[in-house]
Amino acid sequence: MKEVFITANNIISPLGFTSATTIKEVAKEKSGIALHKNLSTTPFYASIINTEKLDDAFSNISDKHTYTRLEKMMLLSLQDTIEKSNFSITKRTALIIATTKGNIDVLQNNFKPERAYLSVLGEAVKAFFGFHNDPIIISNACVSGILAVSVAKRFIQNDFYDNAFVVGGDIVSEFTLSGFHSFQAISKNPCKPFSKFRDGITIGEAAASVAISKQKTKEENIQIIGDGSCNDANHISGPSRTGEGLYLSILSALKEANISPTNIDYISAHGTATVFNDEMEAIAFNRAALENVPLNSLKGYFGHTLGASGLLEAIVGIHSMQNNMLYKSLGIDEIGVSQPLKIIQNTENTKVNSFLKTASGFGGCNTAVIFKKLGNV
Amino acid sequence: MYKKLYINGYCHIKNNSISLNGNKITSEDKELSFSKFAKLIYQHKELAYPKFFKMDNLCKLAFLATEILLENHSIDTNLKKDMAIVLSNRAASLDTDRKHQTSISDKDSYYPSPAVFVYTLPNIAIGEISIRHQIKGENVFFVSNTFNDTLIHQYATSLLRNGKSSNILCGWVDFDHENYNAFMYLLSENGPIEYSSEFIKKTYLEN
Repeated sequence: MKEVFITANNIISPLGFTSATTIKEVAKEKSGIALHKNLSTTPFYASIINTEKLDDAFSNISDKHTYTRLEKMMLLSLQDTIEKSNFSITKRTALIIATTKGNIDVLQNNFKPERAYLSVLGEAVKAFFGFHNDPIIISNACVSGILAVSVAKRFIQNDFYDNAFVVGGDIVSEFTLSGFHSFQAISKNPCKPFSKFRDGITIGEAAASVAISKQKTKEENIQIIGDGSCNDANHISGPSRTGEGLYLSILSALKEANISPTNIDYISAHGTATVFNDEMEAIAFNRAALENVPLNSLKGYFGHTLGASGLLEAIVGIHSMQNNMLYKSLGIDEIGVSQPLKIIQNTENTKVNSFLKTASGFGGCNTAVIFKKLGNV
Repeated sequence: MYKKLYINGYCHIKNNSISLNGNKITSEDKELSFSKFAKLIYQHKELAYPKFFKMDNLCKLAFLATEILLENHSIDTNLKKDMAIVLSNRAASLDTDRKHQTSISDKDSYYPSPAVFVYTLPNIAIGEISIRHQIKGENVFFVSNTFNDTLIHQYATSLLRNGKSSNILCGWVDFDHENYNAFMYLLSENGPIEYSSEFIKKTYLEN
């Protein structure tokens, strides 16, 4: 099978509009989560991008009135990644877009409701950069962003494309906020993944993008070495009690990567901070003999950015490898799951040569992807 | 030599009629709403699966097409466990999204319901099928403006060649304002018809 590499990346988040600026804030343990009073009937915590800053940045590349909020985030992100990548767009370049809800806010704002169709969003991104191929759009709940990386890898390995640009994004909307509220899944305070005192998710918004290629670069050699996406076959909204789908996804990724759990240096978990999700992950990681691997959830920095989260967090993981840094699992105090986990309590400088990214979502979906840093980085 | 995929069966549900492998098996009054049509099929098949009535229309549609395919092409339980599900459509979950949006648009009658909200993701249909048939394999939900047989072909081929799955349930399942269309097909390493994007496209358009 062909080797596949991530050769450029970007994060658009409340912490910054490039990966480098965002990671710098993460290293300082700064969170994008803040109390918002004007977006809903009651104040709530969320990680939201400043609209003026977004519009200012976007004005440098196009007209801010033409595009929706999510489109602006995705276009800004891709603009940076395309500039930094080691290849340009050809007939053999795929455009892959990951989102759970896309432009869902157009159901209640001044944009035409037709823009809620994800293919309309995809067409806007395709036209903006002049992609030759129609976008491949993935809407697979909260694994969408990381699943998109896996889909890109598989298409390139099987020679359907030479390279791909992958973008994931979701916005904070009343739509998702009210829905998670109705589930009583929203935390009263900033979320606390894996903590004994966790009480739910904090919603966030972000866009993130990567360039993926069979061609290595000189600067950055991050290889995608294994992946899997398996279903719990248990419940449409509740995590499996046995962590079945996540466990199977990890096994599938490990098998393909041909490595043992002891070769994994770091786990970037999903860690939404709901009682059941984090417990499920602890069970799955223990079944996979990964309980001694340093682990964090980045939801304490970005909130749960839904379809963007897996991709955003994988990019932070890539920077963890490049900087040899493990970032604190923000919000952790006393561990509150029934199985042992090695939660990263403090940001520390240590060798990181490989990591596992996992995500899980409604519909019983799970994804695991393993990344490896090649020598001389 | 690369391994090859074969089509084991295909099912259409459209205009309140169902066909399997190109042969019409059920046809009801076209004026019936989809939910009434779906209930009739459920009753004819004596399904005894009460969860069916909690599902939104997109899930009911995908569920019924899968029932019909799998009851006619029995698969070993072990193989079924590793089956992959690759679905696609145009409207994602917009049909249910609009219902959730309506429930929150009036501040004086604000009634978001978790039973509706959970269906505001298209891949819930994959979840429902997985639960019903205990399928724990690979899954993905693609969204495109029209049925993209090439995309599905490339992805199914990738799953097979990467050793992820050799039984793949694929298709197009769209539900948007009472307009619906399901075309699902079952791929495996043995079967009567060699799998090609052309055959699938032709078959999709014929019915």
